Amino acid sequence: MLVENKSNQYLISFFSVATISLLGLVFRNVVDYEIIGYLLLFLVSILAIFLEIKPVLLAALLSALALDFLFIKPYYTLHIDNAQDALLLLLFFIITLINAVLTHKIKRMQKAIHIKETRANTMKLYNTLLDSLSHELRTPIATIIGSIDTLQQENVNLSKESKANLFNEIEKASIKLNYQVENLLNMSRLESGYIQPKLDWCDSKELIYNVCTRLTDELQHHKLIIIAEDSLPLFKLDYGLMEQILYNLIYNASQYTPKGAKIQIEVRYDVDTDFDSHMNLIKQCIITVTDDGYGFPEEEIDKAFDKFYRLQNSKTGGTGLGLSIVKGFVEAQHGTIKLSNTENGGAVFEMIFEVDCLATNTVENE
Amino acid sequence: MNNAFSILIVDDESQIRKLLEITLEANGYKLLFAVNAKDGITMAASHQPDLILLDLGLPDEDGQFVLKKLRDWYQNPIIILSVKNTEEEIVKALDSGANDFLTKPFRTQELLARIRTALRNNFSQTKDTIVTFGPITVDFVSRVIKVNDEILKLTATEYNLLTLLLKNDGRVLTHQYILKEIWGNTYAEQTQYLRVFVAQLRKKIETDPNRPKHILTESGIGYRFNSS
Repeated sequence: MLVENKSNQYLISFFSVATISLLGLVFRNVVDYEIIGYLLLFLVSILAIFLEIKPVLLAALLSALALDFLFIKPYYTLHIDNAQDALLLLLFFIITLINAVLTHKIKRMQKAIHIKETRANTMKLYNTLLDSLSHELRTPIATIIGSIDTLQQENVNLSKESKANLFNEIEKASIKLNYQVENLLNMSRLESGYIQPKLDWCDSKELIYNVCTRLTDELQHHKLIIIAEDSLPLFKLDYGLMEQILYNLIYNASQYTPKGAKIQIEVRYDVDTDFDSHMNLIKQCIITVTDDGYGFPEEEIDKAFDKFYRLQNSKTGGTGLGLSIVKGFVEAQHGTIKLSNTENGGAVFEMIFEVDCLATNTVENE
Repeated sequence: MNNAFSILIVDDESQIRKLLEITLEANGYKLLFAVNAKDGITMAASHQPDLILLDLGLPDEDGQFVLKKLRDWYQNPIIILSVKNTEEEIVKALDSGANDFLTKPFRTQELLARIRTALRNNFSQTKDTIVTFGPITVDFVSRVIKVNDEILKLTATEYNLLTLLLKNDGRVLTHQYILKEIWGNTYAEQTQYLRVFVAQLRKKIETDPNRPKHILTESGIGYRFNSS
């Protein structure tokens, strides 16, 4: 709860000292001025925790002045009659100063520790990246090189079937390699802020079927359900980004759910209640990808979109880039994405885009 | 083969040239090679190849520039090969007169199919008045379309769209190009028309409109008709 604005900090210092002083003024005849002194000291200590050093020093100075001017006799002068009061005021001022400076130092040290921790985390992240990358990139490369070596061996007689198998492995490895490189390129596009969505009218139903057709092989052991009515309006989205988003989500679902699992993709839109004869209306386009697999462990849901994040006991590998790219691409189109578990334990990704939409029947049919 | 088609390959990557050499020669094409833009233009002029495979990322000049320069006088098909798979690059190349594009990595079967299509569209003499694809027969003279011998009713716009796609069988047409051809210049950005009419047309001519076999989407670029 740090106060960010500098001038606000000075105002807070000034008014809090003034408030305590005014309160003290009311009870000046009832309580000893030392009590007021302790109260002000307490206030400065509190301020030292939340404010920067200069506003705190101002508060220390102000409270010393207020103590002298309002509460140490004679009132309303800076003059002090007896030596004891003078010493007390001096001590008050010094203690507040020490207090302020010490708190400031502790805060600085905490900051330094925080920076160090962040660095350590970055290193850890970097190591995780190297880890997953070396696995995800080297496995297919190893497969390709190994298969080719075997195919080139002259003293070995490979059956036609074995040869076909090796060629098949090379093909699969290359496709996987290409997918990972694609993800890395997309990630760097996101990081560099290079992505500028090209919003254009999209037929969301066509988009989904298009992606699912591309994923036919991956989805052959899954039950695919697509819920998209013919009456859906066109939405203004970036077709290319949407394709990548759905590809990653559906690909993920196909990889992390058991054979025979159900993967359901649904498009809905929120009906606009205050319809104003405009052709283009801002509405919500809601796309969900639901599966009935194992879902995400509750404590890991928040981290699922983090870069390089992989499930704790994930056996299937992955670079941990797919979902963070999804999130980046959704947000580039000013949408939101939420991950939760269904009642039956599967995972559901819900994306909401506030977009222009256009009812298809308004497009003249002649 | 003496009457084999000749193809000029303009690409600075020796690995890609090697791959293309083996693949295309095995399929009976005569090959010419250029490793940069300057050589590419010179060789195109001196050899008049039947088709050019042009890489967009050349060391000396931007491929887009080479394409424009070639199109000043070169009439035969140009197919773009590119690693830049940004949609803008591809649309720009198609608008500058490229016949087709392939992004690296590409599958060789796909490349061969594209080359065959481009050559057929360019060199085939016969202009069919009746075209058949799947269960559909289109008679351009009587403007009658039949599905399994039953007459299929299309609106005027649907018919024009189908005809445009059919006449460019196998070739990718950009959104802007189709919009301008069918609806006119002022409609070049009105992609909603295209989305709606393509969906309508697919419902009428595709066996499964959700998994089209003939009107294919080239995402972010346009549509491609596939008659086979």
